[in-house]
This record gives sequence, C-alpha cells and structure tokens, in this order.
Amino acid sequence: MVRHNAWVLLTITTTARPATDLGYLLHKHPDKAQGFEQSFGTAHVFYPEATEERCTAALLLEVDPQALLRARTSVSTPDFALAQYVNDRPYASSSLFTVALGRVLRTAIRGVCEGRPELAATPIPLELHLPAVPCRSGPERARALFEPLGWTVRAEPVPLDPGLPGWGDSHYLSLTLTGTLRLSDALSHLYVLLPAMEGGNRHYWVDSTEIDKLLRAGGAPVDGVESEDGAGWLAEHPEREWITRRYLARRDRYVRTALARLTEHEESEEGVADPVVEERESSLADRRADAIEAVIESERVSSVIDLGCGGGRLLERLVRHRNLERITGVDVHLGGLEIAHRKLCKGCDPGGGRGHRPLFADAAGRSDQRPRTELLLGSVVYRDERFHGHDAAVLMEVVEHLDPSRLPAMEDVVFGDAAPRLVVVTTPNVEYNRHYEGLTDGSLRHADHRFEWTRAEFAAWADRVAERYGYTVRYLPVGDEHPETGAPTQMGVFTR
Amino acid sequence: MTETNLEAAREPRVLGVPRMGLVLLVGVSGAGKSTFAAEHFEPTQVIGSDFCRGMVSDDENDQTATADAFALLNTIVDIRLRRGLLTVVDATNVQRKAREKLIRIAKDNNVLTTAIVLDVPESVAVARNRSRPERDFGDHVVRRQHRDLRDGFKRMAREGVRKVYVLKGQEEIDAVRIELERPWPDRTELTGPFDIFGDVHGCRSELESLLGDLGYAIRRDDQGRPVGAHHPEGRTAVFVGDLVDRGPDSPGVLRLVMGMVADGDALCVPGNHENKLVRYMRKGAGKLTHGLAETVEQLERESEEFRERVLEFCDGLVSHLVLDDGKLVIAHAGLKEEYHGRASGRVRSFALYGETTGETDEFGLPVRLPWARDYRGRAAVVYGHVPTNKAEWLNNTICLDTGCVFGGRLTALRYPEREIVDVDAEQVWYEPVRPLTDETSRGDDRDAGQVLDITDLGMGDLHAGLFVDTDDGVVRANAESAMAALEVMSRFAVDPRWLVYLPPTMAPAPTAADPGLLEHPAEAFESFRSSGVGQVICEEKHMGSRAVAVLCRDEAAAERRFVPGELGIVFTRTGRPFFKDADLQRTMVDELRRAVFDAGLWDKLGTDWVALDGEMLPWSAKAGSLIRDRYASVGAAARASLPAAGAALAAAAERGVDVSGLAATIERRTGQMAAFSDVYRRYTWETDGVKGLRFAPFMLLATEGHEYTEADHLWHMSVAEQLADAHPMIHRTRYRVVDTTDGDACEAAAEWWREMVDVGGEGMVVKPLLGARAMARKGLAQPGLKVRGPEYLRIVYGADYTDPERIAVLKDRRLGRKAGLAMREHKLGLTALSRLAAGEPLWRVHEPVFALLALETEPVDPRL
Repeated sequence: MVRHNAWVLLTITTTARPATDLGYLLHKHPDKAQGFEQSFGTAHVFYPEATEERCTAALLLEVDPQALLRARTSVSTPDFALAQYVNDRPYASSSLFTVALGRVLRTAIRGVCEGRPELAATPIPLELHLPAVPCRSGPERARALFEPLGWTVRAEPVPLDPGLPGWGDSHYLSLTLTGTLRLSDALSHLYVLLPAMEGGNRHYWVDSTEIDKLLRAGGAPVDGVESEDGAGWLAEHPEREWITRRYLARRDRYVRTALARLTEHEESEEGVADPVVEERESSLADRRADAIEAVIESERVSSVIDLGCGGGRLLERLVRHRNLERITGVDVHLGGLEIAHRKLCKGCDPGGGRGHRPLFADAAGRSDQRPRTELLLGSVVYRDERFHGHDAAVLMEVVEHLDPSRLPAMEDVVFGDAAPRLVVVTTPNVEYNRHYEGLTDGSLRHADHRFEWTRAEFAAWADRVAERYGYTVRYLPVGDEHPETGAPTQMGVFTR
Repeated sequence: MTETNLEAAREPRVLGVPRMGLVLLVGVSGAGKSTFAAEHFEPTQVIGSDFCRGMVSDDENDQTATADAFALLNTIVDIRLRRGLLTVVDATNVQRKAREKLIRIAKDNNVLTTAIVLDVPESVAVARNRSRPERDFGDHVVRRQHRDLRDGFKRMAREGVRKVYVLKGQEEIDAVRIELERPWPDRTELTGPFDIFGDVHGCRSELESLLGDLGYAIRRDDQGRPVGAHHPEGRTAVFVGDLVDRGPDSPGVLRLVMGMVADGDALCVPGNHENKLVRYMRKGAGKLTHGLAETVEQLERESEEFRERVLEFCDGLVSHLVLDDGKLVIAHAGLKEEYHGRASGRVRSFALYGETTGETDEFGLPVRLPWARDYRGRAAVVYGHVPTNKAEWLNNTICLDTGCVFGGRLTALRYPEREIVDVDAEQVWYEPVRPLTDETSRGDDRDAGQVLDITDLGMGDLHAGLFVDTDDGVVRANAESAMAALEVMSRFAVDPRWLVYLPPTMAPAPTAADPGLLEHPAEAFESFRSSGVGQVICEEKHMGSRAVAVLCRDEAAAERRFVPGELGIVFTRTGRPFFKDADLQRTMVDELRRAVFDAGLWDKLGTDWVALDGEMLPWSAKAGSLIRDRYASVGAAARASLPAAGAALAAAAERGVDVSGLAATIERRTGQMAAFSDVYRRYTWETDGVKGLRFAPFMLLATEGHEYTEADHLWHMSVAEQLADAHPMIHRTRYRVVDTTDGDACEAAAEWWREMVDVGGEGMVVKPLLGARAMARKGLAQPGLKVRGPEYLRIVYGADYTDPERIAVLKDRRLGRKAGLAMREHKLGLTALSRLAAGEPLWRVHEPVFALLALETEPVDPRL
C-alpha cells in the first residue's frame, strides 16, 4: 500500500588490475554519473571509487510506484483507474531491479565486450554487495543458492526496526558475495537468484513443462539475452527446482480479485490461503473421489449436487456416469466455478468458436429445460431452493472450511431443507496428520481449515446430525489405513 | 339533456365486482363489450383478445393467431391477478372452454371471477358487425356464438364463476353502474389500536381476567354473564379463532365475544374448531372429537335461540382479516403472503387449518409446513392454532396460542405496541396430547428461522445486483460485489445473528487549500457549513482497528436475541471475529461486559444487551503482520540502503563526479523514512491477551427495542465516558463542539487538531452534532468526515508524499466516489439499525448488512 519511492543498491567491486577495466566491462565510464530512465523509475550508475587497485561501480535503482502503474496499465483501458487502487502489494523490488540490471548492463550480462573480448571471458576477483535483499527464507537460503556457484557468501539479516524492540529481524539480508568469476556469470546469477529469493511466501504449482523450459533456457531467461554456457549453471545447480519454481511464481504477483480487496490488511493472505500439504495429497484426492463415486454407484443415485465443488474435480468424474440424470455443482467462489465451467463444457457458446457462455446464462435463466450439468453460485449456509430435488449431496472436504459456529446453519440447509436421500461428507482425519512431514507440530493441513476432526469427533458430529434430521450414518475410511491413526480422510455416508 | 335527466331519474343497476378479481365480459361479437369495458374500467384493466391478436400478429382480426393471442392473454391475466389487480377480459367468452382456462387462472391466484353477460338481440350484433368492414366473417358466426351463449348462461355458476350478471338488451346495458367491492378480509381502514387474543377454547374465566388486565370494562346481563367488553380508550379486541371446544365454558366465551363483535368492540376470525362446530350444528356431521363433545354438550344447555345465534355468528366469520392499512393480518393458522386479502377455498383452508405435509409426528399430530419460517411479507401475521410454550416473533409472525386450555396461559398481543400480556390458566382444563415444551414443532421453526435464505440477499437474479429499500431511498450494490460478499459472509463472517451492523466507510474532508497539506479541518467545517450543518463535533481519531461489540447482560439475553450459549462478540468492519482466538474473544467480551455492568448501563438504558461501535487499540494488536510486512520492512530496507547509497554517492562526489542532485534526494529521503517509521511505531505497543488492549467506543448503536442514531454525539460521548469511568480498558475520546459559522471557533478547533497530530495523533473526525441521522440541506448529511494529520498520511501515501511535486499530483483525489460510497453505506447502516430496533426478522436486518459488505468490495481508492 505504501507508494513512496524505494531504492535498491548494488555495488560491484573488483581488484583485478587495472581495476578501472570494470568500466569497459560495464560499458559505463567511471568518471560519469549516468541516469537511465526505466518505465518504473530511474537506474543510476556511478563509481564511488576508481583506481588501478580497486574499482567500485554502483547501480542505484529508484523505483517509482506511480511510474510502475502507468507502465503496467494502459491509461486508455477502463482498468486503469482500478489498477491504481488495487495494486497495493509491495512491488517486487528484486524483480524490477533485475529488469533494470538486464537493460542497463545488458552487454555486460551477455559477456560482450567489444574491443576487449578476453576481458569479458576472464574470471576476475569480484565483490558484489547489496545492503538490503528481500529473502524470506533467511541467510541459509542465500548461502545455499550462491555457494554452489563459487561465491563466498556473507549474508546478515537486517534488523526490522530499532524502534520496535522484540520484533526481531526483517526479511531483508545484507548480502556480500566475493569470488573470482566472470562478470557476466556474476550478473546472471543475480538476475535469476534475486527474484527467486524474493519469491512469494506461497507455493505456486507450476506446470512441469514450464520448468523444463526455463531449465533449457538455462541462465539466459531474459528476452534475447543469451549466454554460451549459462544454461550450465542453472541446470547443474542443486537447488534448480526451488529456483525455477520461485522464479516462475513471480508471474502471479499482480493477480488480484474483488475478494482480495475485502481481505483485511490485518489478516493479509487469509482469503487466498494455499494448502499446506495438498501437493503430496494429490493421490489422496483421487482416492477420495473414487470413494465418493463408488458410493454414488452402489446407492444407485440418480442425481447429485456437489456442494463446494470448487474447480470441478469431482464433477468432471461424475459427468461420465451416464445414469446420473442431473449433476449440480455449487460453490461460493466464482473463480472456482469458472474453472469448473471450462472443465465441464467444451465450448458452450452457441455464438461459435469454442467460446464459453457467461456462467450464469444457465444458472439464472428460468429455462424449463434444465441442463444435465449445472453450476450455481451459492453458499451452504444460506438456504437455497435450487439445492432441492437432488437424490444425493456431496460435501467433499467442505465442512472443515466452515467456522464451527456456522455448522448448524449448514446442517439446516443441507440435511434439513434440501434433505436429499443420501449425503456424503468427507473431511480430514486429524489423527493421521502425524504421518505428514511438517504437520507433526499439530498444525492443520490447510491454512483455511477451521478445524480438523478426530474420528471420534467426526462421529459425534455426524451422529448428532443424523439423529436430528432423521438419517442413518455409516463411516468409511479413505486412503491407506494406519492401525493406530486410521485413514487420512474420513467419510460419512448419511441415508434417509 | 333530456336523456341524461331520464337516466338520473331511474336508479342505475349496481353491479358489485370484487376489487381484486377477474371479470369476464361475455357476449357475441358486436355485443358492445369493448365499449362497455371502456366506459366502466380503466384502460389498463381491460385485456382484449383483439388487442392480443394484434400484439402477436399485427392484425387484430387475424383468426389464425388466436392460439398465440390467448396464450398471451392468459399470461397477462395470470400476472395481473398474481399482483392483485382487477382484470377484465374482453373476449367473447361464450364458450365453456374459453372460460374454463381463465376461471382456473383466477382460482390458482385465489381470486373470484365475476361474469357480466351482454345479451343483445342477434340482429343488433349482426348489424354492428356488418358496419365494421374489418370484421369480414359472416353472420353465421354471430348466430353460433349466440347459441353458445344461451347454452352457457346457467352453467357459469357451476363452472366456478362466483357471480353472473346478465344484462338483457342495450337499455339494461346502458343503465348499470359498476361498484368495486373490496374483498371480505380487507379491513385495512381499521387501524386499531388492537388487543389480539390467542386461542381461548372455552376458558371464559381466564378471558375475563385478561380483558380486565388490559383495561376492558366487562358488561354483564341480568344473570351476571359477560355479554360485552369495552375499552375506555377505544381499543379493539381481535380474536384469532378457536373460541370453543375442550374448555369449561364455550358458550360463555361465545356470548362474550359475540356481544363484543356486535357492539363493535371486537373482530373475530374463525378457527378450525368453529368450522367443525358449524358443520356439526348444521348437518350433524363430523366426529365429536378434539373437545367438540364438551361444546355440544354445553350448548345443549343453552336456548335454541342462542344456538341459532352461535351458528349464524360462526358461519359468518371471514377466513382472515387484513387490518391497519395492510400492515397486520389475522388468521387462525397463519397465512402466507400470497394469500393475504384473497378469497378462495384454498385460502380459507390454509387460514383455518394451515398446511401440513400429510405426515404425522410421534404423537399422531399432523406435521406442519413451516410457512412462518419462509415468510418474508411486510405485514405482521398474528395467529394461533398451534399450542406453543411462548409467544415469540418469527419473521414478523407470532403465534398467540399458549395452550391456556392445556394449563398454559392465555396470551394477548397489544398492537401496535407489540407487547405481550398474558394470564396463567386456572387449571389444566384438558390434557394435551403432546406436552407443551420448547421442543414443539414451533420450537424447531424458530431455530430454522435463524437460517437465512439465498433469496433474502436478492441473489435470485445475479445480473441485477442487490437493491435494498432503505429508510432513505433504494441503495444498490452490483452483482460482482454481491458475489464477493457472499463468499466473505459465508466463509469468514460471524454468525449473522450477531452481525447486526457493519460500520460504513468514511470519506475524508475535501482536499485542503493549503499547498503543503492534503487534509485540514477548515475544509471539513466548510463542507458541513455549506451543506447546511451548523454545529459539528470534532472527535479525536484513534489509530487502531474498527471493532463493533455486541454485549449481553446474561445468557438469557443472548439466547433470546442472538446466539444461545454465548455472551457477546466483537467483530471487525467486514464482519469477521475480531479475535481469532476464541478464549481471547471471550475474555474481551467479559471485560467489556464488566464495563457496562460497572457503568450501570443495563439499568440506565433499560436493556439486557448493547451494541457499541468503536476502535480497538493498539493497531499492532490486529495489524502486527501488516506493520511488519508493509511498514517496518520498508523502513528496514530504507535504513540499510539509503545510508549505503549516501556513502557511495559521497565517495563519488569526492572523486569529482557530479552526483549532487542525487545525493540531496537521498538525504531528504533518509529524513522522510525516519518520520515514516515514527508513525507506525506510535500505534504499536505490546499486548498480552487482553492486557494492553484498549477499546474506544464512540457510538452506542442499539439496545433492546432502541437504536440511537437520533441521539446527538454529546450523548454518545457521555455514554463512552461513563464506560471509561467504570473500566480502565475503555479508552477516552477527546472531543469538542464547533459552530461552523463561527470562524474563530473553527480556527481554534484547527489549532486543537494541529496539537493532536503534531504529537502523533491520526487526526480527527468531524460529525454533525445532531447525530447519525442529521439532515443537511439536501437530505441526509455525511455522518462524518475524517481529517488526518500530515505525518500520519505518510503511511498512507508514502514517506515522500510531502515532496511538493508529489503532493501536487496527489491533490487530485477524486473524492466523489468515496463520498458517494460512504453515503450509500451510511444509509444501509441506519436501515440495519432501525430494523433491528423495530424487532424485525433476522433476514430484514441481514439484508442491509450484507449489502453494506458488498459495497465494501467496490473499487475505490483505498488511500481515501
């Protein structure tokens, strides 16, 4: 939200003789201070020292967030006014810095030095210093990234605020790299690793083909910037996976939704929390869907409503069951429904192409001819006539996303009002969490989980609901059962 | 003129037609139906087959378009009748089949059908048709229609037409006058005040006591039997039916109520027990069960004449009553909104017996459909029929049958006061089939009534967005916002029963004229002065997190009004629990309740719950991660980078490189960053649980039956001071009153503001002294304008915003959108509170609150 200018400083020092050759390598004269206008601010290059023995070049980037906004959004688009306001994330200073680096010191990164090609090809003693580099993963991470590349690393956390004693360190490091490397290699290391260090504090799951692409591109991921063997250092880096994932994750940085506007600053990322263990659970998710499908088949269900369908993971499978006459997906999050929509229909716009009709063309229309598959924006805590008339309802990994105080409302809506013949509920079995690395400290599987139940707690809840609304309930494990802790997912099948 | 005189001399024949109903004009082509319709009805009330034929074919005489034309006609008729509008069908309607469909539509909409037959001689019709060249069908058509008409005459009543008027010849046709009759239940002209009585069931003695308690003077006959009761203030008693059966003296109750009705002291609707009594008395039909035997036996002891009067009285009762300008509906078993004021067998059956699923419960009693749970009408529906433990409002409906005859109580509702008055039963007069507990089906209804329906949010048509009819005009939120709000409300908000209000956003004062400032009090004063608000209050603005606290005196209050088993809540400006930790939440609620106890506010305000709007301090308590990530980190990076850059530049300068401009900038930035860090540090202090937390209330929103948007802000400040005196956790708010027309006072207040912001205060809020509902010259005034200090604004606009070129750009702030949003949200907030205070149903309070949340998602410059 803060919109003042920010400053990023890099000093490059060499003691190769004559040290002032650094000017040739950088294509910047040591006796001049130069400013380079960028779309997002100004990059200044000057030399605090320039002697035979020792020469230091400073690259000082002044990031101007206003200029940044103007550059990112065309003023003529209606989004412009909006973009000014919604872009309140701290800008990715390292990313911008590396862009400036790539532009201002373009030839140096390429290792091109007309007139002195041998100079560019020669490793020279270098010291790179950045007084404040964002790195949430701490100094260890910085060392793990730079040491394999031949650097001696000095990384010290920058204290957060002397005026806030007890608040500890900031996520910035004072970073000094010393080593004897070619200048072009040194700069390409910064180019890739600074943004990766800054990263997001979230995991983004990026398609593996994209990772391959970056790996193939090697150390030359910039437009047109190529390096003969730059590909080598990244491909051989022991942390290459971590680097590529974080590097690619930058792309989503500016994605914002109306929801995020509501996310209170105080609670920062809550609305868009990502799963803690979902990655390793992908096979479990399949088994969960298998189990639900099996129940739906064995119970000869004729129509089903998937409450909290998200991106349509289960719906996608259900549509293949031809004996289901009606399949309805409900979610409270529009984004999820849009994904489900694209998954379920292969171009539904009658207007042509493979385009999609607006999502609510069906849902809101009062057409008498209901399509077999329907997606609805709705909420399990608001009673809804559209939920009626289904043979079965599925709540797959939904209840744990509700505050316990809202469960009675959900029970009334699903079991009391919609009251299908069959209700399937799945939810994590918290007892099993101890088998997950990273959850042994008692944390839950997803940042948005309001609770995770033991088997006894789930049964107590389900028995009470069944009793109140006239259902009988049976319990089935999903996933490999452990003799002590049971299966990772627990499932309750309610019938009436 | 002679003709007119002649007409006047002859009394015109009056045709009564229900105001809410269907009128079929019946007659052959050329009978003069359209002329008749034009003469007696409004143009919009008349739907003609020719008109519809024209609409679907561009040719009013295109007989091939007849099927489509009638499809359209039927649709229009259906919609008009659903909306309760008088509808006249101008078509020949001579054939049974043609009438059948229309009569069914009327029945489906629970309205009556009247037929007016225009029976002109065949020769007249034929002649008229010949003179109209566009009607090129032959004379035989008219002849056939005429035959059909003759055949149909007498059948029409059997077909379901309530009344058939036959006008023979032009003379009779010309000599009628239509008189619109209102439906029997329509007694909207009676505005009370009323005392509405629940099921009496022969409990005469209790009825006398209750009448006495309510101030009625009972009149007795020579045998000492009550035969009337009159209220000295002219109140009217209303009985919801079931006067008879089971109890000890049904004839006595009848005698009293019949007398009151005859004297104009009471109104009465029939219950199912009266209905069964009528059937028994008239035909000896029905079983003598459910206490009917007792009544029959008691009536045996009365005179024949009395029995006849009873029969006449009970038989003449109208199924339900719509009173007080449509704001009050009385029906024995309740009534859904679409049936209000309508007349049909279906409506009568619903009003007397209710709607049941056809299933029975474990006591063998019918399972009722939860109409009250789904009721969303504006009229209050008062009913009886289902014995319940306690008379409680649910969605603007209330059941007054508290089982007097089963040993419960006889209950009356004072209207419009909405007070409950009751007397205990003198004994158990009749053993109940099912014990009277909270676990009756009605009890379940009540719980279920606390769950909201998606249609309550106006989400039915997602394209249109939400429209809330506030006290100050309709406020709209667009569909995208509504969708985002649905997600937030579902996933993050507290239980909607607690969520009685959300604080509206607040606009800043117009941009300051002072070139070095964005905000200054002068502009806020000027803004209010020019909009016609003289007196304002300046309240110190605390930098913390907005918090609304709803606090209950005890669990009973929480259970009655909010959520059972809790004592209160504190929630954020977007309706989330203020504290994620449940224990901390509870502790804070307890501390705040203690403040209310110790300040003696429960008694002073005559309430057992309060809702307070305020600010929770410090900012860091809730915004710790924000301070770390967005403010302190920026400061840390600057403290690391700027001196290093300064040193590098100094070294370069020493070498003779000209970097003076850049060096000066870096130096200035260093100072600005230090000032920036000072700001957030001021709003940061350590807390441990509730220790260190402070709550600064600035408005008492509501208590039981009241809201305080009319109270002036000095009163609100005095409430806050009483709380602060009582509890150290309550933070005081400094304030001063300013007359905006007094220049010296404005300047002094600006000076006061300057002193506060110079030592790190966020600034102040300027509000119309008269309170939240203060009016400006053009409608509602802005409830407040914030005037933030220049140093504080560094954390909003950036450390370096004070640079002249930056501040010049920032001065173009476009406040209109923010001010408009603030006003719309303000209207919603006021509406939520007035509905809450009026005891309106949950969904009515939730509607504006939800819309307010939706508006909060609308894009607006977050720095304002």
